[in-house]
Amino acid sequence: MAPDGQAAPPGIAGGGELGTAIAAEPPPRRGAGQGIGTIFRDNLFKDAKNSILTLIFGGVILFVLFKTFNYVFITARWEVIYNGPLEFYMVGKDFGRTGISFEMLWAGIYTAVLAMGIGSGLGYDPEAPPMRRGARMAMIGGPLVGIVFILSMTRTITPTLVTLGVAVAMVVGNRIGRRLPQPIRRRSGWILLAMTALAFGLITDFTPSNIDDFGGLLLTIVVAFAGIALSFPIGVIMALARRSTFPLIRPLAVGYIELVRGVPLISLLFMGQFAIGFLFPPDANIPGPIFRAIIMITLFSGAYVAEVVRGGLQSVPAGQIEAGKALGLSPFTITRQIVLPQALRNSIPALIGQFISLLKDVSLLVIIGLQEMLGVVDVVLARREFVNQGYVPEAYAFVGTIYWTLCFSMSRAAQRLETRLGVGTR
Amino acid sequence: MTIVEQEIHTPTKPPLYRDVRVLRWLFQFAVVGVVGYALYRLYDNAITNLEDSGLPTGFDFLDNQARFAIPGLEDSADYSVRKAYWSGYLNTLRVIVIGIPLCTALGVIIGIMRLSDNLLVRAVGTIYVELFRNIPVLLWIFITYLVIILLNLPQITDDVTPLDRFVISNRGIGIPWFNPDANLLTFVGFIGIGLIAVVGVNVWRRKVNEQTGQPSRGGLYGFIAFLIALAIAHFAAGNALSYEPSVIAENGRQIEGGMNIFPPYVGLTIALSLYTASHVAEIVRGSIQAIHKGQGEAAQAVALSTFQRYRFIILPQAFRIMIPPLASQYLNITKNSSLAVAISYVEITSIFQRVSNNATPALQALIILMFCYLTFSLGISLIANFFNRRLSLETR
Repeated sequence: MAPDGQAAPPGIAGGGELGTAIAAEPPPRRGAGQGIGTIFRDNLFKDAKNSILTLIFGGVILFVLFKTFNYVFITARWEVIYNGPLEFYMVGKDFGRTGISFEMLWAGIYTAVLAMGIGSGLGYDPEAPPMRRGARMAMIGGPLVGIVFILSMTRTITPTLVTLGVAVAMVVGNRIGRRLPQPIRRRSGWILLAMTALAFGLITDFTPSNIDDFGGLLLTIVVAFAGIALSFPIGVIMALARRSTFPLIRPLAVGYIELVRGVPLISLLFMGQFAIGFLFPPDANIPGPIFRAIIMITLFSGAYVAEVVRGGLQSVPAGQIEAGKALGLSPFTITRQIVLPQALRNSIPALIGQFISLLKDVSLLVIIGLQEMLGVVDVVLARREFVNQGYVPEAYAFVGTIYWTLCFSMSRAAQRLETRLGVGTR
Repeated sequence: MTIVEQEIHTPTKPPLYRDVRVLRWLFQFAVVGVVGYALYRLYDNAITNLEDSGLPTGFDFLDNQARFAIPGLEDSADYSVRKAYWSGYLNTLRVIVIGIPLCTALGVIIGIMRLSDNLLVRAVGTIYVELFRNIPVLLWIFITYLVIILLNLPQITDDVTPLDRFVISNRGIGIPWFNPDANLLTFVGFIGIGLIAVVGVNVWRRKVNEQTGQPSRGGLYGFIAFLIALAIAHFAAGNALSYEPSVIAENGRQIEGGMNIFPPYVGLTIALSLYTASHVAEIVRGSIQAIHKGQGEAAQAVALSTFQRYRFIILPQAFRIMIPPLASQYLNITKNSSLAVAISYVEITSIFQRVSNNATPALQALIILMFCYLTFSLGISLIANFFNRRLSLETR
């Protein structure tokens, strides 16, 4: 058995940024082929110290569980969610002004989810090691509890059915992605791009200015997605520039990346709200607040994506470039055909991580007065039936659950992908 | 290809438009030219727009009078925008100085918990990390401040004053503190005497350690020596150190005397520390896992306790791997302290917001704000690089 405190990680603790060395060599499953009593003894009551720890932490866990259940099922007054305008949390209070029907919105969401499913199916590798049971349980169970909690607030059957449809679209997309024939697979990037563009068009009713009336979860996701999608080309160019041998261009890239990474996002968002107007030509049309926020978030995220891509570039062995040179390829061709495909493939998990942190960062929009989910909380709590009655904890708990479900499931997916792609293990 | 052929078919130098070296420089000059022109256009637009709207184009507004109140600065004294920025800078520093040790300590504990061989200890660590990491830090700040702190602190009218020297209220937590104006010099002098005592005791303990092999316990002995030196100086100078008790002011709305810790400060620092600790925990776990397993097993073979194993064998080695990602987390906590603007703790970003509400040019005010954050970033990077260089393995 592993010595005290130096044990192999549990089933749910694989992966992680630095933990990939563990994922490469999975330890034998604890208690495999043994009775449940052995598992209990080895994990909980190995010696006196271990037993004391078990009692203390068991007490803490039971207490917290009791408090949580007590809060969720008894003391919390969830009417601030389900009697209040749940729609606000999802699409914002001005969504009605856009004239976009919910059918249109769902069509867009389904298209996006289908594209995501196909993307996940493309990365499927039948020879990859299967997931351990604990990891799979955590990956599915956690978000499931969150989704059930969120849907329990809707009190009608339609949102549940439509959400189930999202899961179906994801699975269908995944199966399609796995079975795509090779010629289509080679152009899958363009297909996914077209589907994403179509989804964006459907969601905004093909009038991007509608975004100015978005709010809630929809605004959060649209801004985060626009941010990561638009910042991706910037990031790739900046990463290449930073790794290049051009003595005049490299300082420009370094300056941009380090400047943006050195200041907080909120100062950039303030710049978008208060100062960016000064930089436009005097007679130019200055875009709306959400567009200005997207511009700044793109600039912000570009620097971080650049660092992610730089990591991917560094992971490509020098022999690849040398082989390209030996074949007489031009530097451009080497970069385009040899280095970038490998580098980008290796940086996919980190890019998902960047998307997650962007999704969390979009919550800062509330500070510049936009109606993302935390802003919606203020709007809802200002209504006559809820104002000054201490509904704050419930509202934040609900929003927190939404964020947690999204971020947790995506970070698990990224970890899974990391093991599958074998990043860092070869 | 022989030399003769080369002389016949190709000139020794390619023409300029196909010379790689020339093309490289041309390309670079073109890019720099385009970027430079774009930046010049932006600058030109900014100057034109500022002049059109009658705003100053320089940084003279720093000497203007700041027309807003900052808690902690006397409202009666008129202070300049420059001084407002400076007090905001110090307030940001206060968050960092407390937040970084807090998040490190908590992160190390959680990170080690995640590697425990007790299932429940591991579970608590995992739940902590997954809970805090996957919810935006701004939401944690709101929850800590608005829900946990503000709803639980008593109103100032409730008159909660333990020992008649402390005040606990939602206007602030007052604790007795030395009067900075009356005996600052004495205070600093006494601290100096205490530090000299600490250094002396540490030299003595190290010598004892080297000669007899007894554990030096420099920290413990130093702390005791510090307290003794302070007490001796205090009584020798005739009760020189006096403190002010914290009391509720006559009007019943403010806290007077002592040190007033603002609830937003407590909320912000705790929330940032809890959130960052979840990231630090993952770094600690990864670094410990990256250390060769034999190190821990060898420590166990020579009968070190769990604490000794981590303190003397594993953590010092793991620390070397941790430094770069830890530094980036410390940068994050610094940058995230700007979220104080959402709960009205007056640090530097809130100062910017208040400044830009007046008739000051937001562009310049923003440039100063960003410059301040760059100094923090640079400082943390320098310190991290210093440790990184000092602790890096000497490779042959």
